[in-house]
Order: sequence, then structure tokens, then C-alpha cells
Amino acid sequence: MKETQIFERPRSMADVVTHYCPGCTHGVAHRLVAEAIDELGIQDRTVGVAPVGCAVFIYNYIDTDMYEAAHGRAPAVASACKRIRPDLTVFTYQGDGDLASIGLAEVVHAANRGENITVIFINNAIYGMTGGQMAPTTLMGQKATTCPFGREAKANGYPMRVAEMLATLAAPGYVARVSLAKPKFILEAKKAVRKAFETQLAGKGFSLVEMLSTCPTNWGMRPVEATDWLVEQMIPYYPLGEFKVPE
Amino acid sequence: MGEKVLMKGNEALAEAAIQAGCRYFFGYPITPQNEIPEYMSRRLPEVGGVYLQAESEVASINMVFGGAGTGERVMTSSSSPGISLMSEGISYIAGAELPCVIMNIVRGGPGLGGILPAQSDYFQATRGGGHGDYRLLVLSPSTVQEAVDLTMEAFDLAEIYRNPVMILGDGFMGQMMEAVEFKTAPEKKLPDKRDRAVGYKEWRGKRALVKSLYLDPDALEAHNKKLQAKYELMADRETRFETYLLEGADYVVTAYGTTARIARSAVKQLRDEGFPVGMIRPITVFPFPYAPFAGLGSQVKAVLSVEMSCGQMVDDVKIGVAGKVPVSFFGRVGGIAPTVDEIVNAIRGLQV
Repeated sequence: MKETQIFERPRSMADVVTHYCPGCTHGVAHRLVAEAIDELGIQDRTVGVAPVGCAVFIYNYIDTDMYEAAHGRAPAVASACKRIRPDLTVFTYQGDGDLASIGLAEVVHAANRGENITVIFINNAIYGMTGGQMAPTTLMGQKATTCPFGREAKANGYPMRVAEMLATLAAPGYVARVSLAKPKFILEAKKAVRKAFETQLAGKGFSLVEMLSTCPTNWGMRPVEATDWLVEQMIPYYPLGEFKVPE
Repeated sequence: MGEKVLMKGNEALAEAAIQAGCRYFFGYPITPQNEIPEYMSRRLPEVGGVYLQAESEVASINMVFGGAGTGERVMTSSSSPGISLMSEGISYIAGAELPCVIMNIVRGGPGLGGILPAQSDYFQATRGGGHGDYRLLVLSPSTVQEAVDLTMEAFDLAEIYRNPVMILGDGFMGQMMEAVEFKTAPEKKLPDKRDRAVGYKEWRGKRALVKSLYLDPDALEAHNKKLQAKYELMADRETRFETYLLEGADYVVTAYGTTARIARSAVKQLRDEGFPVGMIRPITVFPFPYAPFAGLGSQVKAVLSVEMSCGQMVDDVKIGVAGKVPVSFFGRVGGIAPTVDEIVNAIRGLQV
């Protein structure tokens, strides 16, 4: 019988063992980025910027030139790299603590300047690497190690909707929110990542894909429960869709 | 070349950077250094470069990190509170061994302090400033001409040592006008940026990884040892100082930057009166010129450090003399420069 290979590791993904927890969607998100880079044929001229957090080790997985930035500063690093070398495709990959908390100024101003870079934003409603503290994106009532009785508005305000906020700015080219909970969502997410990189390649300015992601370890759930929780709890508060598309 | 022009210190620094091949500037407004970014915003587009005003000093220095990773000549400038904000990023740049130039046109602190000249960032500049065991190569000119000359060299030094180089100025230097000449720095052998910068994956055959994270303790210790060896090499090769009327001096004054110009006048005046005083002026404050202090003759009765701070360089002077000579200090702060008369009196006061 003749064998036909129909699935393989993307060329832009390194052949290394993952350090991510079972049920974590960082691996899926990494793969979507690598697939887009492969499909667009830009591996040799792509530069990634890793965040501080679980995903700092994206530099071990994506086989392109990479920076490891200070906490929250990836958009500043990427802005300068792209301004100096517009021929390169530059992306950042940041979690919600990195992007929506400590690095909020950097991402808002990079978006507002219309920096021609792509931001992959992982929203899993919690701090992962440091062990499950509250994030700006933690849902109302959701428990975390620094809001042990659940997030309440009086003390912590409300979960921040980053994609909607950035879509109010004039300069960004593409802003979307996707989910990595189930295969049907992942197929949509793949399209969004590709569109974001295409926006950059067309010189149409800042692009951001917010990815609703799981963190079973810090949510205190089994992987399958975590994907259900994402669908039932996160998507109603963080609606999926494209908030800004290139004209 | 050869033509002297009258320029404000800040603008002369900016022009020198451009003539040294710097094409990318990232910064944020702060007094008293605003003429540097303003000049850059006009001039860089003329020479095909990029001026980018960042949203903060925190963003500025991380843009410098990103820019330096491409191997191109990048810089920022700021003043004391802004440098404090940049310190984390400077630590990352030192950790990732990226070349860049940082100008600090020092103003008085602590806190918001004031906008007038000071030298109170000496500890911050010479001990690294941010977290971790790292050092900057710190050049401290005392005239606008010297500031221009050192800036011309600073970009080469940054590339040779793959290390941030700081031009440690002060508000006087930034704001005063002097006649300057732009001379080409002597050519140095420089490393090929494509060996390590991003954007040359095809040329190099493997990717670039710009990082300061080493979770493996042995790897982090090895990285630190490598950095320390580099700082020792800098000390061997780049330590610079100037002496003035040191021959036969029983008393020695030391000062750097603008303060050294005032101290020089005091030394000259006393020498003319027959008082045996000389001067050592550090030009690099890291690496610090310990040798001329260690080598002072046994006739030297006292060393006086004159600073626009509450006494910071005095610590390095004490390390230099190693207890063999008493070290005194005279300083003014708050934006006040010591006068020639005050320094003359302080030197006379050294007599037992």
C-alpha cells in the first residue's frame, strides 16, 4: 500500500520537546504562527519577539530570528526593528500579563503609530508562569491566587477587552479575536493569523490577533474542562470576530 | 573638516552622532537635553535615517534594544529621571551584549529634583544603574569639543565591546555654546554585524537569537564571567585620563566633566601663586583611572575630589589611593556649580 504523508511539522517550527502543560493552547498558537510563516514563504526574513511569561520560550520553538524582550516591551522592540528593516516581517507574541498589564502603553502606542508589525496576543485570563495570579483579563468572579475569593469590580475593575479597545484607534490595519478551544475555532484562528501577516506584508499597518486560550494548570481544571470553560465563560464576555480589517 | 562652527552642546552631540554613522534615534522629551531629539528629528530624515519619538523612556530604551539587534547604529538621549526609567532596558541591552550609545545630560536629583546641571548620577552611570552585574563604558567629556570627539568614537567602542556606551554630560555642557570642529575618528577594526544581528539568516545560514535569559545556572554564571572578562578588557584598553601640572604637586585635585574646567582654573591660579597643586581628570569614569591615583608620589599630602554631587566619585578616588593619601571632598549640588574661589579655598584648606 502506498503511504501518503498528509500532516507534518511546519518547517518554521523547531523539532524540540514542548515545555507547555497538558491542555495548554500555546502549542496550537505557535503552530498557527509557524504555518502562516511557511505558507507565506517568509521564514528567512521573519523576526519574532518573545514576551516574559510562559511563552518566553517561543524562541525555542519558532525557527526564525528571535528577540527576547523585557516584560511588556515587545511592541517597542518590534517597532524599532521594523522601522530599521522594513524588508523583514516582524511579530510579537505576548500573554495578557505582558501585553494588557505591564506592556499596555507599548502596545497601544505601537498600534496608534500604525507600526507595520503583527501582534499575537494570548488571552487566557490569568498569569501562567508566575503561578496563577489575577490578570487584567481575569473574568468577574474568577478565582486566582491574588483574588482568592474571585475577581470583583470594586477592588479590581472589569476584564479588559483589548481587541475592541485597539480597534477604536485610526491606525491599525487588522484587529481580530479568535478562540483556540475547539478545532472549528482553530481553523478560524488560522485564517486570522494569516490575514494579520498578510496585512503586514501589504504594508497596511498594525495587526493584532487576540487568541482566547486555555490555562488548565492555573485554572485548576482538566484540559477538556478548560476548553469547555473557555467556550462557556470567556467567549460570551470576549466576543469573537474581526474588529478592524484593511480597506 | 577643519572648519570651526559655533554650536550648542546638545546639538553638537547630535551632529557628532550622525557623523559617526548613527541613523536611528529613539527618545522622549526631558529637560535639559531636548535639543538632541529636536535636532535628530530634523537631521535624520535628511540622511535617510529614522527619528522616532517614543511614548516613554521605557519604550525608548526598548526601541534601542530592538534597533541595536539589527546591527545598525542606534542611540537615545535623556536626563537623570529618564535614565532611571531606562535602567531596566539598559540592563537587558548589556545582558544581550548589544551595542548602542546613551547620552545622559545630567540634572539634579533625587526624584524630580531640578532641571539644572548636576553630576549626581555618577554611581548610577559607573556601577551599571540597573539590576545585575554589568557595566557601561562611560565617557565623561569636559568641553563641547571633547563631547563631539568622544561621541565620534563611542559608536565604534560600542560595537567593539558589544556594550552600551554612555556619554555622561551635564546640563552645562548640553546648554552652552562653543566652537567645535568635527574631525573624523581614527578608523578601528569593527566586527561584522551580520555575524549576530537579526535579518541575516540567509547570509549566516542560521538564525539570530537576541536574549539575556539563561535559566541554567551554569550557563548564567558562564555568561556573567564572559561579561566580567569584557569589562576587564575595557579597563586594560580604554581607561583614559588627563593630568595637569601634576609634576611636583603636594596636593592633587580631581574632577571630571564641566567641574574639571572650573577646577583647572583654580589649579592654574594657585600654581601661579606658587602653591604646589596639580590635577587628575578622569575621561572615562568606567573604567575608572585608578592607576594615576595609585601612582601618586609620597610627597602628595592630600587629594581633593570636586564634584557637582554630594560626593560620589570620591569613592573611586579612595579605591585608587588605597589608603596611602587622605581624600577630601568639596561639592555643590542643586544645580549650583562650585566657583573657582570656592575650589581655591577648599584646596588651601587641605594644608594641615
